[in-house]
Order: sequence, then C-alpha cells, then structure tokens
Amino acid sequence: MRVWKFGNSVNTDLITPGRYNITTDKQALAKIAFIEHRPEFAREVKKGDIIVAGRNFGCGSSRETAVTALSECGLAAIIAPSFARIFYRNAINNGLLLITADEKFLQGIDETHQLEVRGGEIMDLTSGARSPAGVSPMLLALRKYGGILEFLKSHRIDELERIES
Amino acid sequence: MAGMTLAQKILSAHAGRQLAVGEMAVIPVDYVLAHDTTTAWAIEPFGRIAQKVFDPSKIFVFFDHAFPAPNLQVAEMHGKIERFCKKQGIKIHHDGVCHQLMAERYTYPNTFLLGADSHTPTGGGMGAMCCGFGSTDAAVAMATGKVWVRVPETIKIELEGKLPLEVYPKDVILAIAKKLSSEGANYKVVEFGGSAISDFDVPSRMTLCNMCAEIGAKTGIVPADARTREYLERQGRFKPFEELRSDSDAAFSEVFRFDISKMEPMLACPPDIDNDVPVSQVEGTPITQVFIGSCTNCRIEDLAVAYRIMKGGKVKEGVKLIITPASREIYESALINGMLLEFSKMGATIAPPGCGACLGRHMGVLGDDDVCVSTSNRNFTGRMGSPKAKIYLASPAVAAASALEGRIADPRKYLKGNGRA
Repeated sequence: MRVWKFGNSVNTDLITPGRYNITTDKQALAKIAFIEHRPEFAREVKKGDIIVAGRNFGCGSSRETAVTALSECGLAAIIAPSFARIFYRNAINNGLLLITADEKFLQGIDETHQLEVRGGEIMDLTSGARSPAGVSPMLLALRKYGGILEFLKSHRIDELERIES
Repeated sequence: MAGMTLAQKILSAHAGRQLAVGEMAVIPVDYVLAHDTTTAWAIEPFGRIAQKVFDPSKIFVFFDHAFPAPNLQVAEMHGKIERFCKKQGIKIHHDGVCHQLMAERYTYPNTFLLGADSHTPTGGGMGAMCCGFGSTDAAVAMATGKVWVRVPETIKIELEGKLPLEVYPKDVILAIAKKLSSEGANYKVVEFGGSAISDFDVPSRMTLCNMCAEIGAKTGIVPADARTREYLERQGRFKPFEELRSDSDAAFSEVFRFDISKMEPMLACPPDIDNDVPVSQVEGTPITQVFIGSCTNCRIEDLAVAYRIMKGGKVKEGVKLIITPASREIYESALINGMLLEFSKMGATIAPPGCGACLGRHMGVLGDDDVCVSTSNRNFTGRMGSPKAKIYLASPAVAAASALEGRIADPRKYLKGNGRA
C-alpha cells in the first residue's frame, strides 16, 4: 500500500486532461491519469494504493473519465477533506471509495506513511493518529452491488430512495 | 416549518411530494443533455441496463466539444454516437455549444434539466433547474427518465445597484467567486435575487449561472420573470409559466449581498477561478492570444460589447484573436449585422460555433509560452493546452481591449457606454 499525496483543488483537467480525454477505453484512461501533473503516477500506482488529497478534490468538469481512470488504476480509496460535487456523484455511481476526513489529520500524512481504513476509521499506522472516515451512505449501499448499473439490473430506480447501507 | 426554496419547489413538483432539504429523492427529468464526449461514455453503461431510451424526444445530443472533428479518433467517436442516436431516434445538433442551444430551443422555466456537462447550470438563467452530471447518470436517465438527487441547501446572492460603464455580468460573477471561493457553494444551489437582477437580461443571467459551476454549486438559478418572458418571445416559443419564487421565510444556508455599482472589471488569474483581481492589478501584462467564446460569454450581446470597444481599431500585431460564436443563431446574427466581417477586417479569426478553444482540444490550443485572455470559464493549468500556458478569465470588454493592445487592458479607457445590463 502506498500513499499518493496531492494538494487542494485537484481538478479533472489534471486527472484526465481534455486533449487525452478522447478515448472510451478504460485501460487507456488508467494510463493517462495525471499524465502531465504527475507522470510517474500511472506508471507506478498499484492496486490498493490510496490518494490523500486536499480540499475540493475532483473539481471542474463532469468528465467521468476522471473517476474511471482512477478507479481502473486500482486505488483502494481517495481520502480528502471535501470532494467536488459531480466527481463525488460519479464515484458513488461507480463504487469508487471516497472518504472524507479531518484536514489537519490528512496534512500530517506523507507518502512514506502506511494507512488502514477499518470500522469507520482511518488509522495512520506510521504516526498512530486516527480520524473518523466519512463515507456517503449511498456510496456504501451502491458499492455492495458494484455500482448503480449493477443495482439497476435487479431493482427499479425508485428503490434508490429506500436503499440502505 | 420554514418556507420552501425555489429549488425545493421545483424538485418537489417533479417528485410529486413535498421534499425536505437533505432528503434523497428519485425524480423524473424533463430533458437529458449530453455532448460528443459524454455521450460516447454513456453508450456502454446504457447498453448494460436498457435496449431503448425512455423517450427520444426528451434527449438532446450535441457535437460541440470537438466539432468539426479535428482528428480521426474524434471522427470515430462521432460515428459511434451517430450510430447510437440513429438507432434510438435521438436528434444530434452540431451547430453550437450545448447549453446555448438548449436555452435557445428547449429549456423552459421551472423544468429540471439533467446535463452531462458541468456547465449545465447555464440554463438557470431561464429559471429552470439545470444540473451537471456524469455519463453514468446520463445513461441511467436515458434509460429510465429519472435521476437520484439530494435536495440541496440554497445560498441566496442578492445583487443591488447598477453596473458601472464597461463592467459586466462576468465581472460580477468573478467578484462573487473571489468572495465565495471555488468550493464555496459545494453541493448547494445559488439563487440570485436583489433589485439589480431584474435589470439583467437572460443572456446576462446565463453568464452568472454558468459560472456557478466554478464555485462548486449544484446549479445557479434566477427566478423566471418578465425578462424570461421577453427572451422566450424573442425565440418565438413563449407559453405562460408560473413565476415560482422561494417563500419569504425560506431557510437559506447563507445570504450574500453585493453592491454591483462599486464593481470593476475583474480577471481570474491563473490557475484558479477564485484568484480574482481588479484589472488595475494586472494591466499591461503581455498576452499572445484572446479567446472570445464559450457558453459563458459568446452570445450576440457579448460580441456587441467587444465590437463597440474594437470598432475602428486593429488586433495588435503578434496577438491571435479567436472569436467562436456560441451558436448558429448568434453566428448568423453577427453575419447579418456585419460584425463578423468587421472583426475579420480587424484581424480576428472567426471559428465555427461550438466550444472551440475553451477546453484545449482544437481551434486555439495554447503552447508553452502563450498567455491568453479568455471569456470562458476555466483557467486551470493545462485547460487550453500546455500546462505552461497562462489563462486569464475576463469579460468580453476586457478581452476586446486586450486584443487591441496586446496586453491586459482596462476597457474603461474605451468608454463608449454599456449596451446591456
């Protein structure tokens, strides 16, 4: 497990820049994640890695490729103090785990740290610090199905109003 | 119980029951909008849950992000979308930016528009609830006609006073972005009010609502009124609508008041939307390109502002001025009234209607050393091309004055009087 640290307001143009964002191939998208902003990311990221970022992660455009690219990289979670709205929705629909956590706690984490997310809590195994993990109930509920599309194969959309995590 | 907000009323009317703020609801949508990038991404998820769309007459597909196709890869993407739309009976429009075309042709007050594009809030200028979504939500809506929403809190922004000469709605929304920050309205609706809003025509309101996306909002909205009626009549598609309002005791999460009579021309400096300064602080900065375009600011009113400032002048040697009208209607109006010919004689390059250079895919991509003044909505690193290029966002007035001088310039030097609110 490796931590990848990013700053505030990481926007969708940094995640999947417009000029590269013209493919519908998921594997090709995984290879362009942060292609200009942090070129080593796509080469070195491994299944189970975690992004720890600043406020308003995913701001900018509606391009779902930003979620797909990061999801296809095999990230276990993205942890930030806050997420931008459309990115948040896209992650909920796709079952990519987004976790909100205390900004100060996240600022104390660097890329050498080891993290574990368990029982509604994030544990920094390196420093011993802990913080509650905020996860949208809708995200937790849809993750059980593998995302909204899988949910809709066996349910009517109106049943989302009563879905429970 | 507190009264209801406008957004709450629109969503409740769609749900068929009274919704509380914070409640999750599945609601029917009146229109689904998607473009040449987001439709391409909706086809596969759609195919996983449905064979036929719920109603092809309520689905609108636009080729605007890269049209005409700039390369083979995009041409193939367009072809894939064309095959899908033909099979489903969906009309494809390829004569302008999706948000502008929706406003000109379809969007109606008090409706709910699901748009697979972040600048969908543009249509809030017509008193409709227009929210941006991703491709999966678009696919689900194409299949079911519905979407899940969390009923949002509303921030009220009251505008008072009168705009000074050569200060425009773009300057107002940049001043608002500076105050609220790029996440200041996250998940919330921004409702505009105050005595000044009735002076703003629908195109001006569209500029305000468009940029609400940049402060994180679910949407921006201006309650429909006589101005909305005027706009619909001009489009030849007026039919009576209810003038829905937030209740006087509605609970707003925050209320901000701005005296617009004290505002100045503003620029959002690279690389953040909330990095806004009055023009005096960056005046004289050398530039290489000016882009007058996008769903934010390339309506006929915007072209008229730029024209008034540039009339009798020439684009400064060494500067590329690219004008990309937001729709065919705007393009044709500017052709007929002669503005496009005049702009061309001044040295401007006129591009076909669409998103053009805004997102850095074609028709004005920036290189490492480029510094651009743009009337669009995003100045993110790499947005219009090279990550080394610099983008300043501004009104069409600042853009025009800067094109004349080859450096960031104050349009008030060219005071010829405002032609719009």
